[in-house]
Amino acid sequence: MGQPVVETTDLTKVYDGFTAVDKLNLRIDEGEMFGFLGANGAGKTTTLLMLLGLTEPTSGSVRVGGKDPTREPIEVKRLVGYLPERVGFYEDMTARQNLFYTAELNRIRRAEADERIASLLGTVGLSEVADHPVNTFSRGMKQRLGIADIWVKEPKLAFLDEPTTGIDPNGVDDILKLISDMGKKGITIIFCSHLLPQVQKLCSRVGILAKGQLVADGAIDRLGRDAAGAGRYRMEAEVDAAQPAIVDVIRRVEGVRDVEMTGNVLGITADKDLRGQISRAIIDSGALLVGMRVEEYSLERIYKRYSKEA
Amino acid sequence: MYAVFRKELADHISSMRFIILFLLVFLSAMFAIYIAIQTIRSVVGPTTEFIFLKLFTTSGENLPSFLFFLSLFIPIVGIALGFDAVNSERSSGNLSRLMSQPIYRDSVINGKFIAGLTVLGIMILGVVLIVAGLGLRIVGVPPNGEEVVRVLAFVAVSIVYGGFWMALAVLFSVFFKRTATSMLASLAVWIFFFFFLTVIVGAVANAVAPVDANSSIEMIVRNATLEGSLARISPCTLYGEAIVALLTPEVGSVNPTLLVLSSYSGRMANPLPLMDSLLLIWPQVVTIIALCAICFGTSYIRFMREEVRSI
Repeated sequence: MGQPVVETTDLTKVYDGFTAVDKLNLRIDEGEMFGFLGANGAGKTTTLLMLLGLTEPTSGSVRVGGKDPTREPIEVKRLVGYLPERVGFYEDMTARQNLFYTAELNRIRRAEADERIASLLGTVGLSEVADHPVNTFSRGMKQRLGIADIWVKEPKLAFLDEPTTGIDPNGVDDILKLISDMGKKGITIIFCSHLLPQVQKLCSRVGILAKGQLVADGAIDRLGRDAAGAGRYRMEAEVDAAQPAIVDVIRRVEGVRDVEMTGNVLGITADKDLRGQISRAIIDSGALLVGMRVEEYSLERIYKRYSKEA
Repeated sequence: MYAVFRKELADHISSMRFIILFLLVFLSAMFAIYIAIQTIRSVVGPTTEFIFLKLFTTSGENLPSFLFFLSLFIPIVGIALGFDAVNSERSSGNLSRLMSQPIYRDSVINGKFIAGLTVLGIMILGVVLIVAGLGLRIVGVPPNGEEVVRVLAFVAVSIVYGGFWMALAVLFSVFFKRTATSMLASLAVWIFFFFFLTVIVGAVANAVAPVDANSSIEMIVRNATLEGSLARISPCTLYGEAIVALLTPEVGSVNPTLLVLSSYSGRMANPLPLMDSLLLIWPQVVTIIALCAICFGTSYIRFMREEVRSI
């Protein structure tokens, strides 16, 4: 992968004796979609604020795009688009005016800003209400406007803090689509959430934060295997009518560690993907194989496992 | 900073708040000019100089002058323009979005303050011009050069004074999370200085240097000096002294001691030349500016170090 765009070393933030972020070491490469997971109060937002220079770390260091956000906040803010949780806009101003204000603060030339804003409002599906005041907008519309708002300055990085909280399922899909488009344009994204399916849909890599510590960091499938049990594969096979004898048949397949039977479903743990061998063993034993699949590493499981650990 | 300034200015001018404030100030100006025109003939004698300035300072029986109205409303306007500068951004969820843009934090405060000051300036200048224009039309005495300069200086001092109240309101808007709290706190400070301080100061002066009908002149002077010095901790007093000296050149001093003495000697002072009036009010103006700077500095320090959370 490319250069690290975000790098923290022993990043710590203490509020009146309470450690919100505890010696966090994070490295995010250019173009990555990083899912930042954790329960409420785990320290996700605090970490983002430190990355942006909106609050000072108690100790440790941060580099964003090679710059220190405490020392060079303006440089960092030029690179980063931040969508805070519960984003707000100037309610009396229209969507277009709000975006234009952001463009102005970023010193984007007027003509260029006009064009960019018009096309962005189209992208986020707000063209028709572009000149309506924001106080007439729904939560989902505001959130989409928020995404347009960070896009206005064409950032290299986008920090999204719970962008889908409090939005209906259709709205969530729209927003996830926009975020994934953003990622495809090469913008590095940190996506903070506690909503696991969404993170799983978007992110290739996740970090799990619990009580201020990074308890897991890596690709979802690798974390999943670790969570499911020491790097093993889990498979499920469904047969038409399970006989207890079939358990022994499968156990004899080389590489299979454990088999358990619940009704007609056999849960198999193995060292590697043995679907071929197992299916043959089942058919040879005279049973009919109805279905078989490798269990996906659900993020939920990973998450539960690691947050319990902390 | 220019972007912030422009947006805030547009916000102010199109806001309901601005319209209400302007109507308030405008109506009081109309009222004041009406009083002045009713009574101006009785105060102007054949030897009166600075008739034009009398438009601003003349009060009717039991009815206040334009100056009084203005000194009442400027703090209100200043507070109204500043009390929610920072905390409304916070409560609307705009602050973290704003702060994540590549601008310095102080340019947010600066832009807002300068926009407010501009609005305040437009308002004061507008009202003064309306009064001057109407007065000119009705009284028919054109101002001479010195009067024009005095009126302009008065406008400038008024803007500085309004700026102080705005800076105070901005300070509270940085400290308090709720807009209602910051407004009440600013109003409380104003009410304290405007209404209560004179009473308290009078009581203190009377306790330290009691005076009655038989008191010696030394005692009376002591009392007046003490009262005057104590009252000067209030920006209202400073402003009052400054504008009186500017608009009534016959008052030769802002020194409470001398004022008491001159009222005893019954001496009718000659009008003070313009430069002397300006010199006279210089300390007052500088003090108001300094108070303004203190409020500002404190807001900066607090705001710079603050953590900006969206909730």
